[in-house]
Amino acid sequence: MKIQQLSLFSENKPGHLIAPCRLLAREGIDMQALSLADSQRYGILRIIVSDWERAKNLLEAGGFVVKVTEVVAIEVPDHPGGLSAVLDLFEGSNTNIEYMYAFPIMRGGQAVLIFRFDHPDDAIDTLRRGGISVLDRAALDSR
Amino acid sequence: MNAAKQACTRFHPDSAPDYIPPAQLANLQLSRLQTIVARAYRHVSLFHDRMVERGITPESITSLAAIAELPFTTKADLRDTYPFGLFASPMEEIVRLHASSGTTGKPIVVAYTQQDLDVWTSVMVRSFAACGLHQGDVVQNAYGYGLFTGGLGAHYGAEALGATVIPISGGNTERQLMVMKDFGVTAICCTPSYFLHMIERAVEMDIDIRDLPLRVGVFGAEPWTASMRKRIETLTGIRAIDIYGLSEIIGPGVAIECAEQDGLHIFEDHFYPEIIDPETGAVLPDGAEGELVLTTLSKFAMPMIRYRTRDITALLPGACPCGRSLRRMRRISRRSDDMLIIRGVNVFPSQVETALLEVEGTLPHYQIVLNRAHGLDQMEVLVEVTPETFSDKIGALEELSAKIEDALEQVLGLRVPVRLVEPHTIQRSEGKAKRVIDRRLPA
Repeated sequence: MKIQQLSLFSENKPGHLIAPCRLLAREGIDMQALSLADSQRYGILRIIVSDWERAKNLLEAGGFVVKVTEVVAIEVPDHPGGLSAVLDLFEGSNTNIEYMYAFPIMRGGQAVLIFRFDHPDDAIDTLRRGGISVLDRAALDSR
Repeated sequence: MNAAKQACTRFHPDSAPDYIPPAQLANLQLSRLQTIVARAYRHVSLFHDRMVERGITPESITSLAAIAELPFTTKADLRDTYPFGLFASPMEEIVRLHASSGTTGKPIVVAYTQQDLDVWTSVMVRSFAACGLHQGDVVQNAYGYGLFTGGLGAHYGAEALGATVIPISGGNTERQLMVMKDFGVTAICCTPSYFLHMIERAVEMDIDIRDLPLRVGVFGAEPWTASMRKRIETLTGIRAIDIYGLSEIIGPGVAIECAEQDGLHIFEDHFYPEIIDPETGAVLPDGAEGELVLTTLSKFAMPMIRYRTRDITALLPGACPCGRSLRRMRRISRRSDDMLIIRGVNVFPSQVETALLEVEGTLPHYQIVLNRAHGLDQMEVLVEVTPETFSDKIGALEELSAKIEDALEQVLGLRVPVRLVEPHTIQRSEGKAKRVIDRRLPA
């Protein structure tokens, strides 16, 4: 159920973000989701792609440092309270959310959120018990 | 291999002077010193004039201690007399010239008679023998061939030892690794920073150096630290040996570590070492740290009298368990002219390296950048992110730079900012490492 996310180190300098994007575009790899975390000096580009192993190899061959992290993708209804219902599940639990971001495209009134948990397996159990739809690779690709 | 041949490879006959009794060595040194001073006095006007100024003649050298009366020679003297001003032999007796790349202005030129080359080869044979190499070893010589003394010095020494030499020279790291693997290389000669670069490329090429027959690395031509040695040895399983030399004296082969790896034995029958206080010029006793000064005892074409190397070390008291009677100097990790003064604090690049290595998982690919802003020196350390240190969390990366900053503060006594940079953005060295970029305006 866990989804592989690729993270790339990028210096905060003009033009530094475009290089990995260009490389993936040239190879016909579609970025399904991305988020950029940044500090003053550098940023971390986090991306979800369908063929993550190929993308990782290509990026590494291109000289990037790439880290693979397991994240959890869930579907929530796109209305007020959709996210807070999910967050409520983790209140008082031992699971921490390290960070999260949303998929840019919604369909059928559902938004897709990506979570980086410290204990992803426990988190998936909690989510399922709470009736949240956790997406696997195939479900992501079909969207 | 029969027993006789094995015995002969264990102890190379050229190594005999390594075990010379001290009294006999002192006699040999004095007679050679008298000869070389007389030769310099007679044939080199700079030495002649300086000795006349001090009212000394070659006859004043009646003991080894009298060497302290002789004037020093510096790198500036070599530049000022460019190209041939310090030669003591006519060109028809000189069979080879080398030159070192001066970082500023003209290079310095050094000369060898055939006899000088024979001495050089013999000290290189003794160097290789001291670190356990022998006939049958396959030596990849990745020092640059050409005007630089490293390439040809190591080449002729390894050949005379009876080893198989691969004269690959520096550069083209992928080819270096292919040759290392395919030719069954057992020893490599290069700068330590270039070898670190090779280790990095090997990982990218899926070559594990630990699986190869390589067992010894003879590293020199730049100062390196004990922690860098540890890292090389841990990552590759080889023994990393420190060799010392400089073109002004002869090239590589002035001193080398034996299997004990505790100090470098100086080939004192050819090179007379002194340690001086770099400020006052006073000679310091064994054990005291100071600047290494060398006098060539048997060089004909270009004798060097009390040459100030700028390298900071100490002569180690006591005998070495290997049995050699040659004195040892502590490995050199800094040069007096490497020293940076940042807001009044003395900083050596080797200290930065030590701090980086202390912080777990940080490869020493770094660069020190100096700037001056608002009348103050600004120092920044650039450190490349590696697959081991990279994290998908900003907090973890900030923690990493803070940890490095703390370690730097511990060794430097100065808080300097660390900037994490993308991999492969710091220029890689294929020769000597460029560790410092100084953008401060001249004062």
